[in-house]
Amino acid sequence: MNRFEFIETSLKRNIAVIELNRPRQLNSLNRKMVNEIVVAMEEFDRDENVRVIVLTGKGRSFSAGADIDEMMDDNPVSLEQLNQFADWDRFALIKKPILGAVKGFVFGGGFELALCCDLLIASIGTEFSFPEVGLGVMPGAGGTQRLTKLVGRTKALEWLWTGERISAETALKHGVINKIVAPELLMEETMKLAERLANQPLLSVRLIKDSVNKAVDYPLYEGMQYERKNFYLLFASQDQKEGMNAFVEKRKPNYKGK
Amino acid sequence: MFETIRYDVKDGIAWLYLNRPDKLNAFIAQMNREVKDAIKAATFDEQVRCIVISGEGRAFCSGQDLAEVDENMDHGQVLRDHYGPMIKQIRQCEKPIVAAVNGVAAGAGFSLALACDFRIVSERASFLNAFIHVGLIPDSGNLYYLTKLVGHAKALELSILGEKVSATDAVALGLANRLIPLDLWDEEVSAFAANLSTLPTKAIGLIKRSLKFATELTFEDYLEQEAQAQRIAGLTIDHREGIHAFMEKRKPVFSGQ
Repeated sequence: MNRFEFIETSLKRNIAVIELNRPRQLNSLNRKMVNEIVVAMEEFDRDENVRVIVLTGKGRSFSAGADIDEMMDDNPVSLEQLNQFADWDRFALIKKPILGAVKGFVFGGGFELALCCDLLIASIGTEFSFPEVGLGVMPGAGGTQRLTKLVGRTKALEWLWTGERISAETALKHGVINKIVAPELLMEETMKLAERLANQPLLSVRLIKDSVNKAVDYPLYEGMQYERKNFYLLFASQDQKEGMNAFVEKRKPNYKGK
Repeated sequence: MFETIRYDVKDGIAWLYLNRPDKLNAFIAQMNREVKDAIKAATFDEQVRCIVISGEGRAFCSGQDLAEVDENMDHGQVLRDHYGPMIKQIRQCEKPIVAAVNGVAAGAGFSLALACDFRIVSERASFLNAFIHVGLIPDSGNLYYLTKLVGHAKALELSILGEKVSATDAVALGLANRLIPLDLWDEEVSAFAANLSTLPTKAIGLIKRSLKFATELTFEDYLEQEAQAQRIAGLTIDHREGIHAFMEKRKPVFSGQ
């Protein structure tokens, strides 16, 4: 039974899939939908059977942006009291790998949601854009921050100011996405990568994400110290013993995720 | 629905006729838009398995209608707004597109023919990169396609000297795939399109896609895309039909699925 209104979730062989499910509205994001996504993600993050989380959208587009009708009549006070973006902060706390499979339009809030993923696979023909400027506003759910950290100030300003559409090829060139695949095989290729990650030693994958995220926010020296602690921590795991023993004994390791 | 073109779908073939015969089917902005819209419609129409573009009257297309050109016009913007979107729509289409060149194809009319997958020409057809005669450069993707078809040296010659290429020379140059005698024109164009419309349509689309990758990607990346394309082709009903027909020693009947 699906207890969510705007998304659909499923779990198959350690891989959780969250699908945006408003295809007729090109998966435009409303507040309840964002909340559902983050709630589902947090549940999967705590679920021992889940190793990787895949985020995608039903229909032809990943998401064409935020639901404009919902916020048209808002004012600064109502927005401050609503504090809707607090839900978005929670995406950054997910510890398991999040794989985004995107296609069609990835605009505005949809682009911001995609930027919350750790890795992105895009169909041929996917277009990204921050069109907020054309509506007299700007991204509010991390767009100016996450995009800038990814592509640098120069490109971020150009794209945010003009609102122009960014092709998958350009997005790939600037490191926004990891690869471009045939539209027919978007899910197949994404699941292949998800399975590959699911088969890696779980704690390594987890602490690598934790450390790489610190590299984005910390000064180098602090980051190096943080990395070191995580490196040491992995020596408390069974998988470290198994991995190194298997290497020395020239056999395939059998990881337990512990 | 259309005013400057005629568009009909019949037996799996979309027929798109440029329809301004008194102007030798010269382009105006509306015709750019209508060609784009018709190609888009054919792309999404599941009945359509082949598209034919031809011209009403004695010309295929004489290029930009000079009556619409004025001295203050920004030529670059005209391309971005009108010709570019039309040519891009053609390039995005994964169904086979045939230019049935019934008469002169000059300027952007030549470019339109070049953007198609096949050019079959009547004895009356000719190609002319006329841009140089008004001090402009070949546009609407013209040189992009031309250099691939005839090579750098010939593309340069045709563009700088601006000499007319006859139907016979077009075939010799590799510009045209087939020359059709006048009295057999309608019949053979139909037969050519009918054949295309019975081939494995999905595989055709994947071949078109892969050929684009062949010029855009590094070899390593190309091989990865090739593997994906073959995976998709391997999943089609037409692939299974082809194998079964071969085993059963009969002719395959492809559905395009």
